[in-house]
Amino acid sequence: MSHSNPLEPIVCPERPERHFQPVPPEALGALAKPLTLREKAWNNGALRKTALLILLGVLWEGYARIINNPLLVPTFSSTVQAFIEAFASGVLPGRVAYSVRVLLMGYAAGIGLAALLTAFSVVSRFGTDLLETLSSMFNPLPAIALLPLALLWFGLGNPSLIFVMVHSVLWPVALNTHSGFTAVSTTLRMVGQNCGLRGLSYVLKLLIPAAFPSILTGLKIGWAFAWRTLIAAELVFGVSAGQGGLGWFIYENKNQLEIPSVFAGLFCVILIGLAVENLIFRNIELRTVRRWGMQG
Amino acid sequence: MSVEPGAAPLLDVRGVTLQYRTREHLVTATYRVDFQVRQADRFVLLGPSGCGKSTLLKAIGGFLTPVEGEIRLQGEPICKPGPDRMIVFQEFDQLLPWKTVKQNVVFALTTGGLLSARDAQERALHAIDKVGLSRFADAYPHTLSGGMKQRVAIARAMAMEPAILLMDEPFAALDALTRRKMQDELLQLWDDTHFTVLFVTHSIPEAVIVGNRILLLSPLPGQVKAELNSLPRGECDAGRLKTLEDQIHRILFSDRVEEMKEVR
Repeated sequence: MSHSNPLEPIVCPERPERHFQPVPPEALGALAKPLTLREKAWNNGALRKTALLILLGVLWEGYARIINNPLLVPTFSSTVQAFIEAFASGVLPGRVAYSVRVLLMGYAAGIGLAALLTAFSVVSRFGTDLLETLSSMFNPLPAIALLPLALLWFGLGNPSLIFVMVHSVLWPVALNTHSGFTAVSTTLRMVGQNCGLRGLSYVLKLLIPAAFPSILTGLKIGWAFAWRTLIAAELVFGVSAGQGGLGWFIYENKNQLEIPSVFAGLFCVILIGLAVENLIFRNIELRTVRRWGMQG
Repeated sequence: MSVEPGAAPLLDVRGVTLQYRTREHLVTATYRVDFQVRQADRFVLLGPSGCGKSTLLKAIGGFLTPVEGEIRLQGEPICKPGPDRMIVFQEFDQLLPWKTVKQNVVFALTTGGLLSARDAQERALHAIDKVGLSRFADAYPHTLSGGMKQRVAIARAMAMEPAILLMDEPFAALDALTRRKMQDELLQLWDDTHFTVLFVTHSIPEAVIVGNRILLLSPLPGQVKAELNSLPRGECDAGRLKTLEDQIHRILFSDRVEEMKEVR
């Protein structure tokens, strides 16, 4: 090994500088390749979920056949048959319509109250304290526990149902909206004020869209809570104006040992839940928070 | 609205002491800061972190009221935020994520009742074109890179044609290459319309490139140490730039001992 004289400049003739002219991207041809049909199918969430549902249906059918006791677990096919029959006879659609109507009334009233409460909490610190205290008191209280009280106050009938549903919708919606508002970044708030937003327009044009992901979560939770509260309440009492809802349909058929119809009623509850979640909420989500990149 | 040199300053900051509250302390951010910004100035507030330069900018924006002294814009005292002092923030989340690039600019223009929807549309497109984002006018902010988001924020602020543009370390969160490019673009925009800008930074090279007048602040609490002229626009003599940077460096960091005396 020889050491070069430190006074001599180091020369590396074997490493010259190199310069290139990059190929223009247009000359490279297609830079993006379309996915194959199989890859596309696998990326489709609806398709994956449908496959999962079919699998669950097959498992149910198999299990019921092995048990072979239609009084405990009717088969999937007999449930579907009972469902179709009840649907065709017009009994089930009537019950569904009745339930959904009451549900929408309770849901709307709950959201309205939640909007008032959160609006109050935005404008004053006392309102914030009120909302936080009330929701921590009442949010853990199951709505159905209020039913005896509601019956006492409002009697048998829709007002009682709506009362317990308002209770089940109000707190999750108010709580989520409120936490969404408080989580809006300081920068975004300052941008709004900088552009000249004040008062109500500040809430409508800045706070609500900025907090929309959590508001939507609140609405979804509120919807699920309202739905289960309604069915549970109808199981306790459903016949008031000579007509009951879905919960009453289930209860009635259980009394008559029409077990496939009981399952058909439950099936209907599930179907409506799936439809609302996947058709309505999913579409709202796609058009808003996903499009805006506010949710993954 | 041309203002003759030597006329009343556009922005007049006099003896401003700013304090803000944390959970446990009342912090004094700046102490009796004085400076005047003239029409078409590229005025830079330069200082280390914690010298209250961002707080000062927020006070000029109207988000904070001085406990002492006063801030006047075109002779009027500043009391609340308003669209005559548009701010470009450091954070990328300053764009409304639920609006496209164009809608973000239009939103700012129509919110203050400044323009009708149609005129706003036109002016927004013009402003977006200025920052070279015409192709992305209908894109949502989350699909843009950091530099593009800052360009949109600049377009939004410039479209409002504010009396003074406030920039709070707008390029600090960008990578070095993009930052250098954005500084040049900002100067090119300035060449076009000669808007007045107040620019906050903690980078000495950035201050020297962007500003024509540089205010140096000492840390904790911020006090004016010097007010210097930078090189005129168009002159980029590397040697003179270096001399100026060294001078600023000396002023900001050499006399720690003196600082201790002042505190006492």
